[in-house]
Amino acid sequence: MREMLLSARPIHPFRNYIESMLTTPGTDGRFGDFGGRYVPETLVPACQELEASFHDAWADPLFRTELDDLLRDYAGRPSIITECHNLGRQLGIRLLLKREDLNHTGSHKINSVLGQALLAKRMGKKRIVAETGAGQHGVASATAAALLGLECKVYMGEVDVERQALNVFRMKLLGSEVVPAKSGSRTLKDAVNEAMRDWVATVEDTYYAIGSVMGPHPYPYMVRQFQSVIGKEANQQCQQLLGTDPDVVAACVGGGSNAIGIFSGFIDTHARLIGVEPAGGAAVGRGVPGVVHGMRSYLMQDEYGQVQEAHSISAGLDYPGVGPEHSYLASIGRAEYPSVTDAEVIEGFQLLSKTEGIIPALECAHVVAWITREAPNMQGKTVLMNLSGRGDKDVAQMMDILG
Amino acid sequence: MATHTGRLETHLRKQRDAGRKLLVPYITGGFEGWTDAVRAAAANGADAIEIGIPFSDPVMDGPMIQLASEKSLQRGTTPLSIFHELRSIDVGIPLAVMCYYNTVHSAGNERFAHQLVEAGVSAAIIPDMPLEESAQWCVSADAAGIETVMLAAPTAPQERLPRILDRCNGFVYAVGLLGVTGERDELAGTATKLAARLKALTDIPVLIGVGVSNAEQAVEASQTADGVVMGASVMRRLVEGDADAVGRYINDVRSALDSTFAGK
Ligand SMILES: Cc1ncc(COP(=O)(O)O)c(C=O)c1O
Repeated sequence: MREMLLSARPIHPFRNYIESMLTTPGTDGRFGDFGGRYVPETLVPACQELEASFHDAWADPLFRTELDDLLRDYAGRPSIITECHNLGRQLGIRLLLKREDLNHTGSHKINSVLGQALLAKRMGKKRIVAETGAGQHGVASATAAALLGLECKVYMGEVDVERQALNVFRMKLLGSEVVPAKSGSRTLKDAVNEAMRDWVATVEDTYYAIGSVMGPHPYPYMVRQFQSVIGKEANQQCQQLLGTDPDVVAACVGGGSNAIGIFSGFIDTHARLIGVEPAGGAAVGRGVPGVVHGMRSYLMQDEYGQVQEAHSISAGLDYPGVGPEHSYLASIGRAEYPSVTDAEVIEGFQLLSKTEGIIPALECAHVVAWITREAPNMQGKTVLMNLSGRGDKDVAQMMDILG
Repeated sequence: MATHTGRLETHLRKQRDAGRKLLVPYITGGFEGWTDAVRAAAANGADAIEIGIPFSDPVMDGPMIQLASEKSLQRGTTPLSIFHELRSIDVGIPLAVMCYYNTVHSAGNERFAHQLVEAGVSAAIIPDMPLEESAQWCVSADAAGIETVMLAAPTAPQERLPRILDRCNGFVYAVGLLGVTGERDELAGTATKLAARLKALTDIPVLIGVGVSNAEQAVEASQTADGVVMGASVMRRLVEGDADAVGRYINDVRSALDSTFAGK
């Protein structure tokens, strides 16, 4: 399917002339059959206002300059690419890491949050709410709020509050309020529910900073645009380093923002795009289309449409849904979404630490696990992995697991 | 377009035009004692009843209805088990279901509409299906003769209201406040303001729901609106008490409405 689609398109020399596979949704907010805006009526005008404000800001050179300056001078962009000689040799591949773990606050989440916080200010909002799983988006939101003088409240599942205690403390230190979500599975899905309930009540002065490429239109599109800086840089860096595109581009997928960020830079190339899901939260792999959190997308659910609880060692991927653009890319065969087990992830976490001296976030350890498993089928190939975050936040949890 | 006047709207218009204020309680389907609560509400003066189909992720609901939904799901409730029990209930007033869109989506629009018809349900209220996402459901609902109650919110700009009303049948659900379902100490000022805006534009019954928490607030809301939908305060009676407590409560609200508005 993928081969067929790609061979039908002239790629390299004509890159500027062909239509990109990167979708720009229309006012219906759709990527193919996925996406949309399934929100309570109360929120519709807010989503429309946000859509208009984002389009306006994104087209405004002053806004873009302000954001680029923050990304450079505050977040530390561009992030470097590190070649993993030791692990690459061991696996028989050429392995490159895009180092989003080196960003300020330790993950890719800051890219989107700085954009959204600037937008919130531009829209005259005084307060932001956010949901968080691993706490990385919460920490990034708290950071941006501190920097830009916004009030910030972060909803986090009670289970995650426990397993990511370090990030909870960081958020509080940064001046944000952290509210444990006590309903349902008490993880990311329920934190999203609570954040949406907050937003329904406070929409007039509050901006909802969603942490991934999910939610109602325009969030999936907007967050992708903010995260596309990863792919744009990585593409240029690959041209310099390799003189060509990598054979494989791989990233972990919770909601899918770091994955779509790096995919966006390679979507019109021959590179295989791999989004690695946790076996216990494989929305694309095991889900069927459904509607929750404002979007139509692949979703783990029962036969009556009750959303199932995800179970993953990694709080950031513990989510039964996925951003709609990933559902679309899967449906047209442009990207693949394999999954790995918690046990493989624990191996991957240790492997990258020991061979390269880089402790990855548990989320990214999923990608290491997939690459390790697939390496026999990729001998001699170049694999670009998005290292979306650093592992410090997971060290306490891993101490328990590894004893 | 909303083409026909169905059973719910016909009934509500008739009651309203006879000078009565409309009272529509909400009851979570599948919650222990729910069918008795439906009967008790009907026997004590409800004009129609909204049956909630519990959903795993009810983003428009506050703590009380979340709790009721969770408990109902723990008992093994499914849409089909609710429809099955509904077939054995004949309370003589129209029934509507309140459900989140994924419940409809997973059954399929057409199949879900037919399931409602077979269960004797007249209308559907789908709080996470705004106007822009309603087209596919409405085709199936209209074809099956199911009325689609649309919600209007205080945040709606003026130009949006006529488009919502155009697509609405049964009644128009005026969301009383910015926020989720749940009891409040006072009726929000947004409630009657929105109801007045809607009354100026339409003849379809205008009911205020979300945050109408007791008889006094029901009376206050009905000064402007044609009546009220009451959810959390009803479910609290069932969660903490029983169907009789629901019946007594509905009776209190009915009496307050009737004594205030009698002969007007
Ligand atoms: C390091 C890291 N990677 C990935 C994710 C998952 O999010 P997404 O799929 O949107 O990139 C998280 C979320 O918390 C994270 O902290």
